[in-house]
Amino acid sequence: MAVDIKNITYYYGDNPVLKNLSFSVREGDFFIIIGPNGSGKTTLMNAVSGILNCQEGRVEIFGRSIQSYNRKDLAKTIAFVPQMFPDDFPFSVTEMVLMGRSPHLGIFGLEKEDDIKLAKQAMHFTEVRHLAHRKLNQLSGGERQRVFIAKAICQEPQVILLDEPTASLDLAHQVKIMDLMDRLKRKKGITIIMVSHDLNLAAMYGDRLLLLNRGQAVSLGLPQEVLTLRRLEATYGCRLLVDESPLGKFPRITLVPQK
Amino acid sequence: MISDKPFLLKRLFAVSFLLILLLIVTMLLGIAIGSTGNELKTILQLLLGERAVEPMREAIILKIRFPRVILAALVGATLSLGGLVFQVLLRNPLAEPYILGVSGGSAVGAIIGILMGLSRFPGVGFTAFAGSVATLLLIVLMSSGQSILKKDSLLLSGVMINAFCSAIIMFLISMTQDARLHNIIFWLMGDLSMSDTKQVVILAATLLPCFLLLFLLSHSMNLLLMGQEMAQTMGVNIKLVTMTLLIVTSFMVSATVSHCGLLGFVGLVIPHGFRLVLGPDHRVLVPSCVLGGGTYMILCDLLARTLPEHGEIPVGVITAMIGAPIFIFLLKRSRQ
Repeated sequence: MAVDIKNITYYYGDNPVLKNLSFSVREGDFFIIIGPNGSGKTTLMNAVSGILNCQEGRVEIFGRSIQSYNRKDLAKTIAFVPQMFPDDFPFSVTEMVLMGRSPHLGIFGLEKEDDIKLAKQAMHFTEVRHLAHRKLNQLSGGERQRVFIAKAICQEPQVILLDEPTASLDLAHQVKIMDLMDRLKRKKGITIIMVSHDLNLAAMYGDRLLLLNRGQAVSLGLPQEVLTLRRLEATYGCRLLVDESPLGKFPRITLVPQK
Repeated sequence: MISDKPFLLKRLFAVSFLLILLLIVTMLLGIAIGSTGNELKTILQLLLGERAVEPMREAIILKIRFPRVILAALVGATLSLGGLVFQVLLRNPLAEPYILGVSGGSAVGAIIGILMGLSRFPGVGFTAFAGSVATLLLIVLMSSGQSILKKDSLLLSGVMINAFCSAIIMFLISMTQDARLHNIIFWLMGDLSMSDTKQVVILAATLLPCFLLLFLLSHSMNLLLMGQEMAQTMGVNIKLVTMTLLIVTSFMVSATVSHCGLLGFVGLVIPHGFRLVLGPDHRVLVPSCVLGGGTYMILCDLLARTLPEHGEIPVGVITAMIGAPIFIFLLKRSRQ
């Protein structure tokens, strides 16, 4: 198992955000976490990336407790693609991608030729080579996500975590990002764990889905197992229509106006 | 397109080489020029090991000017690094030891040490360090509410800390009635004249390892600009790095304050200047601030010594006269 979550509970103050949650992610899976706002998706991501420690339970990465990793080893295993990023970040795209090498660098933190080669390959893979000298805050949302993904690839991790990478992107960029992650999974065997709000994209690309509500797992399994009409309506509290997508054997979710 | 060569290393060497050259030239100037006129010839004779040098001139050069120039270089390097580090940690382009009140806190500590009759090292150094850590704790406590990260509230809190520190300093000075008074006031304005060789050697021995440590942390400083959480996922031990940066910087600043008093705005002028020319990479900025900050302070001291016809003005007056307008310019620009 790439990631094993065992009975974790996390409190903000007295408020439990994750409640006795358990699941595991298989190596090489495209694993997508869905759920309504405030269901604990981002907190869960932070727990898996090691940004926060849960008060109860255990997070295991490749069979080892996350606490037994030192920071650099963890960064060589898991890379994180953020949703928010400081807009005063002064570095160029190349420098940003190259920073992905930092857990691999020696004590002086200086890159070698191989590191630069890897950064170029990663930028080629996510098609941001032409942006090399631009600043992060001069890019569109989709371009910026592709730069973050290139940085994550450059980190040479076994797992990449993404927090809503397609939020606020237009349709073409959404598909581009999802295709990119799918290629990463197939070509490099990297395990992808993504938080998404888009149920249709999740149905199309996810190998397995986790439906989260109020910090608990409602359902875990293949898209057609998780995305059932009854379960979704109960979880999201709105009227929906679920049928089979014309594109293949996965569900399609349609919103029904509540007039 | 980017090249395959590790351009950073090349840049680092090129920049360092140029700045070292500049530093050496400035040091020679700083040693040569003074109230006895131009002594370049004497320096040359000393370097060549000629015996024909007047003992008085030799003494002025070796025992007074040389340690003074080294002291200036060390202080300039420290204060520039102090600004650089605080600007990263507080994510605020206007952060600087003097503006934040860290220097003021050290000064209070140092004066208490002097009045207690402690020796300059390690006694006064220690009380100065305690003072700077106390102010730093105050800043960190206030900034944990996040609101201080906004530029103006950080400045306001710095103004208040400085006002409070000056009140304490005035109080302490008004309570004492001895000959040390004049010394304290002159020292407060920033003064490099009290430099004897032994003190300077001790200061160099304490500061140089700190410079190296900050260089080793310079890549982590780059990553910190992504935000703490992101830096953490890239292998930075946030708590350790932040604590080390804070403690090392306040230690360095307090060590220089206890030697030469309050020198403002150096940590603003130098890092911003280099950032403008060399870009944001701290692996280049840290060594540049050490070398360039040293050069800058030697030049300021040279002005302080040579501008008035008799005697000299405190070098803190010069750094403030240059720095304050630049500060106002940066403040105006950061609001846009």
